[in-house]
Amino acid sequence: MQNDSEYLVEVKNIWKTFGNSKKIIPRKLIRTNINARDRKIVAVNDVSFQVKRGEVYVIMGLSGSGKSTLIRCLLRLIEPDSGTALIEGKDVTAMDKRQLTEFRRTRVAMVFQHYGLLPHRSVLENVAFGLKLRGVERKEREQKAAEVIEKVGLKQWEKHYPSELSGGMQQRVGIARALVQDADLLLLDEPFSGLDPLIRREMQDELLRLQHEFQKTMIFVTHDLNEALRLGSHMAVMKNGAFIQEGRPHDIVMNPVDDYVKQFVQIARGVVKDSPDKKGKIRSLPRRASGQDEPIIVGFGR
Amino acid sequence: MFPDTCRFHIAPYIQDFVEWLNFICGPTFNAFSDSLRIMLINLEHLLLAIPWWLWIIVVTLLAWRMTRHPWKTITPGILIFTIGLFGLWEIAIETLAIVIISVILSLIVGVPSGIAMAVSDRVETVFTPVLDAMQTMPSFVYLIPAMMFFELGKVPAVVATFIYAVPPVQRLTNLGIRQVSTSIQEAAVAFGATSWQLMREVRIPLALPSILAGINQTTMMALSMVVICSMVGAGGLGEEVIIALNRIDVGRGFEAGWAIVVLAIIIDRLSQGVAQKWHIKSN
Repeated sequence: MQNDSEYLVEVKNIWKTFGNSKKIIPRKLIRTNINARDRKIVAVNDVSFQVKRGEVYVIMGLSGSGKSTLIRCLLRLIEPDSGTALIEGKDVTAMDKRQLTEFRRTRVAMVFQHYGLLPHRSVLENVAFGLKLRGVERKEREQKAAEVIEKVGLKQWEKHYPSELSGGMQQRVGIARALVQDADLLLLDEPFSGLDPLIRREMQDELLRLQHEFQKTMIFVTHDLNEALRLGSHMAVMKNGAFIQEGRPHDIVMNPVDDYVKQFVQIARGVVKDSPDKKGKIRSLPRRASGQDEPIIVGFGR
Repeated sequence: MFPDTCRFHIAPYIQDFVEWLNFICGPTFNAFSDSLRIMLINLEHLLLAIPWWLWIIVVTLLAWRMTRHPWKTITPGILIFTIGLFGLWEIAIETLAIVIISVILSLIVGVPSGIAMAVSDRVETVFTPVLDAMQTMPSFVYLIPAMMFFELGKVPAVVATFIYAVPPVQRLTNLGIRQVSTSIQEAAVAFGATSWQLMREVRIPLALPSILAGINQTTMMALSMVVICSMVGAGGLGEEVIIALNRIDVGRGFEAGWAIVVLAIIIDRLSQGVAQKWHIKSN
């Protein structure tokens, strides 16, 4: 069963559109959208990528660029319209309900921006939750959970409830909950976006340390280039649902493929001032970027 | 004037239908009626077997556990004492038995069907108008068939109270489950929760404050039915009120009304206390 390919994750031509029809939209239709009757928003536009074992693959883009949708498609929390996602050689998109449940329980674990912790369960129970779903005995799962909780530095908080913890600590619980699954692949959806800069940096270091220790493969979604540069061994920049540049972080910084990527690089360096030909004005980046970031709308059924 | 030629009544058909139903299902109704009556009598005996001072002690202790506040602890005991003082003790117990049985029936039916409403939009669309009708239809109207099916006495009272009291708990169960945060549910699904596990581990526990509020409302509705139910000979405090009404006996009416209010206040505070305790624990 072991897949010998050097790639743990192979994603091919994933499409996801939101709209009033469930029909699969062929590529041709997207290009020549005159006859399409439905108004659709393309969230993920023909994305393909591969992730090597043990690597941290960062997907970067502004909000609305489809990165969160993409990462959810890998777990089928959102059903992709078409395309395949091979994880450890198995096609997630072809799994039936039982296989999918089994896959989610054992092969992959996810960390969420909004933590998604159970408010009525203690930290220990929250971390052990995935094991409980798997049917692991109480004693065993609590012992495992306690070990991981110690690793993320929350030992004395085991018996507390999530609402008694700060945001950073809650996300540590979220990370512990993912680590205890002992899955090869971790999906992280903007895990540190809700935290203040100092805690965020600390958590990034923590994640790097844990990655070193556990040697997990991670797919990390963020909108922060600094974060991407610190963590990523490989990264992709997403815009309007499509990958516009992919490569090693260093290469992307040195050779941004277009203005959109260039802006990311500038703001990451703290350079927001524009080129002198624009009369030295300071341009606010978010406004300009959001103008470009509007989703593609296919078909106009009026 | 609405033209006389355009007149059509469904009343005789309803009458026929109910009589037919009564004829066909008579034995079933009787069996149901008997078992319900036995339950009621046993419960009443059980409640009466508890001496009055023990009631006061138990309620006071519960109040102390929930509030830890001197005044709030003493008041329920004093209120209960006044019921006995007015000579309404046995009658109040009779009412309490009807309310308890009706509420238990309401929960047995209301909570599962509330869950079904939360799971399926179709079930929700079917149930919503039914619940609306159950709540707005004057309770006298379904007291008539209840009386025909189950004769006079406490059983039709329980059935009518049940119909009146089910909607709140069913609605609030549905609402509570539907309002559970999607991000928490998504996380549970991402870790491989099946829809059954999601319901048991996440949705119902997080909806529990809402469900408890529904149970509280259902109990209050059941209590408010006691006067109407005494119309079919259910006895209890409602009967006292009706007798007072017939005799224009203001004092007697007030005493019976007072006893109903006391029951309501105590049941309400105690059940809210339970709900709050749970809420604090989870937050």
